[in-house]
Amino acid sequence: MVTDSQQDIDPEAVAATKEITKLQELVYELKIADVMTTKVVTVLPTDSMATLKEVLRTNRISGTPVLDGSKLVGIISLENLIRALEMGEIDARVGDKMSSRVETLYADETIIQAVNKFAKLGYGRLPVVDRQGKLAGILTQGDIARGLLRRLEMDYREEEIHRYRASHIFQDIVSEQTSLILRYKVASKDFVRCGEAASKMKRALERLGAIPSVVRRVAVASYEAETNLAIHTSKGGELIAEIQPDRTRIIAVDTGPGIADVPQALEPGFSTAPDWIRELGFGAGMGLSNIKACADQMRLDSKVGVGTRLEIIINMEAPDKGLR
Amino acid sequence: MTLQEIAEKLDLTLESTGVPTEHEVTGGYASDMLSCVMARARKGNIWVTLQAHPNIVAVASLLELAGIIVTEGVHPDEGTVQKAWEESIPLFTSPRTTFSIVAQLSELGVQGAE
Repeated sequence: MVTDSQQDIDPEAVAATKEITKLQELVYELKIADVMTTKVVTVLPTDSMATLKEVLRTNRISGTPVLDGSKLVGIISLENLIRALEMGEIDARVGDKMSSRVETLYADETIIQAVNKFAKLGYGRLPVVDRQGKLAGILTQGDIARGLLRRLEMDYREEEIHRYRASHIFQDIVSEQTSLILRYKVASKDFVRCGEAASKMKRALERLGAIPSVVRRVAVASYEAETNLAIHTSKGGELIAEIQPDRTRIIAVDTGPGIADVPQALEPGFSTAPDWIRELGFGAGMGLSNIKACADQMRLDSKVGVGTRLEIIINMEAPDKGLR
Repeated sequence: MTLQEIAEKLDLTLESTGVPTEHEVTGGYASDMLSCVMARARKGNIWVTLQAHPNIVAVASLLELAGIIVTEGVHPDEGTVQKAWEESIPLFTSPRTTFSIVAQLSELGVQGAE
């Protein structure tokens, strides 16, 4: 019998190995300057230990470099402070209690050099200097972990955007007029899920490469239209986006109850929402005015007992139009 | 000023624990009417409100707000916190009133959206 040992490989383990490799790569690639803290709290050698205590307490740190002018002359930690307290030397000068043999890192060194130095020395923090010996920042092991995580997240996001980028769809698919149609059902009185259709529509436009101001206008207009469907309809409705390369058309349709006085409904501040809905923060009577402010064209048709149809057109490039 | 610094200075409780709070805050807006927030709040603003139902997260996410501060000790619904995690929206609470939170933000130099 032949067994295929390849079958035994756990795909999760493979993914983990890939992640470690990525991390190892970053450790050699990222510079100390990329992850260090540049806002460094320092003390003078002439400061008293009492001053140091306040500096450590107010900044919630456990140690700080000692600077004489711009020259790094030592480093002093909570441990030195505790020892001074035990000896009743709270008025002693920092210069007499600090350790003046300072281990430093260079800002242009890579993370791996810092990792090795931390491992060898067992210190909590190391001052970072430039090649002229001037203090450039301070580095803790926490800074390294945070820096690596931040970078991993950035890389991951970039990869994700790249993977899901759909902006080429209108170039790839050729017709006299190509449009992408998205349909969302909106339930009546469901204020927990309300906004999900608008979110999905927004994400779709982002992936299609729409400019941020257009995405915002579509997001606001579709959210308000979706909210109107949730608040006012008896059986819910449908939110439809028809996306074309030059414009997006948003249509909200329902089957009732319909609007009795359309011009009145368009007045800012006019609302028929009941109190319990207003208490949730909806029904300010600003929905349709918000939509109007975002739209390049808007049309509202309604008949009592039949239903309402709201059509919004937003041009894909019109930087001057919008809420402000 | 970053959201993290604001959270520390105002002693806010992060309900959506673990959501990143290192980003810069571009300004602030306060209202309990969602449509007003939709119309006025800008990307990167911090939003101060009494509302605590899940839809506030949808609004914050659509507008790409920096975060939400729910005031007067109102406790957000379980669903709101869950949604804040999903959308990676920093959701804070404070026992103080909207007025004093806004006053403190203003003192820290956080400007209104207009």
